[in-house]
Amino acid sequence: MADLVLENVQKAFGDNPVIRGIDLTISQGDMVCLIGASGSGKSTLLRCMNLLEPIDDGRILLDGDDISEPGKDPQPVRQRIGMVFQSYNLFPHMTALDNAILAPRRITGKSKSVLRPEIEEMFARFGLADRMLHYPDQLSGGQQQRVAIIRALAMRPEIMLFDEITSALDPELVGEVLDVLRDLRAQGMTMVLATHEMGFARELADKVCFLDQGRILEDGTPEQIFESPQEERTKAFLSRVL
Amino acid sequence: MPQQTRRQIFEARQRKRANTIAAISTIAVFAAIILLIPLTPGWENVKRSFFNGAVFAKTFPGLLEAFVMDVAIFLWCAPLIAALGLAVAIARDLRNPAFYPLRLFAIAYTDIFRGLPVILVIYLIGFGIPGLGLPRPWNSPYIWGSLALVLVYSAYVAEVIRSGIESIHDSQRNAALSLGLSGGDAMRFVILPQAVRRVVPANMNLFIALQKDVALLSFIGPVEIFRQAGVYKSLMANFTPYVGAALIFLALTIPATRYADYLMNKQSKARS
Amino acid sequence: MKFWTTAAAMMLATTAYADTCATGKTLTDGVLTVATGNPAYYPWVMDDAPESGKGFEAAVAYAVAAEMGFGADAVTWVRTSFDQAIQPGAKDFDINMQQFSITPEREEMVDFSVPYYTSAMAVLTTKSVVDGGAMAEVSSLKSLIWGADANTTAVPMLQDLIAPEKDPLLYDDNADVTAAMQAGQIDAALFDLPTALYLSAVVLNDGALLGQFPADRSENPDQFGMLMEEGSALKECVDAAITSLSESGKLAEIEAEWMQATTGVPLIK
Repeated sequence: MADLVLENVQKAFGDNPVIRGIDLTISQGDMVCLIGASGSGKSTLLRCMNLLEPIDDGRILLDGDDISEPGKDPQPVRQRIGMVFQSYNLFPHMTALDNAILAPRRITGKSKSVLRPEIEEMFARFGLADRMLHYPDQLSGGQQQRVAIIRALAMRPEIMLFDEITSALDPELVGEVLDVLRDLRAQGMTMVLATHEMGFARELADKVCFLDQGRILEDGTPEQIFESPQEERTKAFLSRVL
Repeated sequence: MPQQTRRQIFEARQRKRANTIAAISTIAVFAAIILLIPLTPGWENVKRSFFNGAVFAKTFPGLLEAFVMDVAIFLWCAPLIAALGLAVAIARDLRNPAFYPLRLFAIAYTDIFRGLPVILVIYLIGFGIPGLGLPRPWNSPYIWGSLALVLVYSAYVAEVIRSGIESIHDSQRNAALSLGLSGGDAMRFVILPQAVRRVVPANMNLFIALQKDVALLSFIGPVEIFRQAGVYKSLMANFTPYVGAALIFLALTIPATRYADYLMNKQSKARS
Repeated sequence: MKFWTTAAAMMLATTAYADTCATGKTLTDGVLTVATGNPAYYPWVMDDAPESGKGFEAAVAYAVAAEMGFGADAVTWVRTSFDQAIQPGAKDFDINMQQFSITPEREEMVDFSVPYYTSAMAVLTTKSVVDGGAMAEVSSLKSLIWGADANTTAVPMLQDLIAPEKDPLLYDDNADVTAAMQAGQIDAALFDLPTALYLSAVVLNDGALLGQFPADRSENPDQFGMLMEEGSALKECVDAAITSLSESGKLAEIEAEWMQATTGVPLIK
């Protein structure tokens, strides 16, 4: 069971408020898409959920536990909430396989040979069996991003956060990464995506949130948001991107 | 053979022209040096004092033998420097407030030892600490002189490694943390391996400098090549042994320098 | 100012000593330029002030100058290191005296006068080493850790006279040798006897002279000569002056005046 609940989350960088009171509930098996213009706070909100950014005020509850309590060790939380970044951020000095095995090896203390079959299976599942022993700079962007997803999944997280993971990709490579997400969706993974792929959000999301200036201006089912948005700013945004 | 493009023909001509000019000017400069210097009135005296074949032949084997000492000192200092430099670099990057004193100490350490002339540190530590009354063999100038080199060079190596750590983008650390790795693991498995690799050429230059500075240990007693050359110089009133010592140093440092440059070039190409 | 004093000295010299063997052979006509160390040590030069004529080498310099026809006011002093003394090119001194030992190898590069002093070599050590059982016997000295000034002939002499078991440690100057001895890094050091006397009495805290190798002990005794440029025209003149001083007993007089009696130092067996 993994429910993630955000209550009045606030975050500022210096004097510049980025998240200005967000309430959001993500239930087990949900796929929530965050849409909005650049700078609207999507990425920051994801980083707050993963505790890469400490929040200033409000609370984040994971299965009822306040994980945002100042001074609390973020490490166990991050093991339960995986994250994938726009620019992949693979470790360039390790093979794809070692990228994926590092965290489970360090955290479970199991040896590489014990962990390897399970990770190999994931590589096979995402069509990368023959790329396992390559270094990141020997892989295409789409392959690198899929390795990054495998790396996050290797920790068996309960929730996955995806931060515009197709934005840095050449258009012809976007499809292969989105296929991975479809696969995860089909398995019931709880996911939060910041994305510009409106078609994808419309196709798969349970809930779409439109972020504007650090607030959720409007949320609802894909049909509600994409077909009959209520707010002027939502309409303006959608008319620009669709 | 495939037809050359206009660009290729042009570039080949340019290259040929550049090579010709380079060859002519090189020959001219060397000819001037070889022909003109011997014409100077003092050349015979300089030759006798600095490039004396008889003295060279007599002293060179002894110099080579003394150079073994330089190499030995280098070999036991280098790993210690690498280890201490790494430790200090990491200490400077500690974020936990409990380690603040350690961090402060690391900062003071690098500032002080990079700010002092090596020879001064060798004198102060090499004579000073044994002067406190340590028993043999713990007062050996080899121990304390080496420690002085280790302290000074570790400060430089620490700074180089730290610059390497800082050159690794924060996204790498974030990626590691987001997987649930601890800060220490992120440093050990993700940041440091990349940082250290990135500063290998810079560190190689430091170790080449170390190889030369080993000679400074002679000031507190050890008879290594520089001191041995000095003894020969004194006994024969002739500077040729220094030239011999210089040649021995160059035989080691030039290949090492070229190799460091090669690595540096390779790296800057790989990153561009 | 300097020009005028030099000019005055020249006139004085040329008028007073119209024709001597040194005429026209010095750097400056009528002036003898003598080099000493920087600093110059007791008992060779007192208080680092050779102009006073006090100290053995200072006194010898003025006596030799007089013998060559230079008045005391026609002697000027400069300072050089050993390396400056032997570097090729024009020298800025006529004669250089700072306990330079005459050796055949050095003779190939520079000229030396006939010796003006023959030194015994002495073993400088500390009281604690003596208390530790070191004795004035070569067999006892072999096991000590030795030091020496790298720029002196003490280095080869150490091998000739003692042949220590461990490689000796070498230093740039007296100060570093004594620092190493004080730090307990070396047990003993070999010096010419006058220097050893000075260091043991004045510089070292618990210095001791274990013994001496008298000059006639060695096949190549440590003889000090005045250093001159290779092929110096002045050499003949300087040699004649020193020989004359030596024959007249004047040199022995100067030695008696400035050098401590060394008879109290035991001979090494």
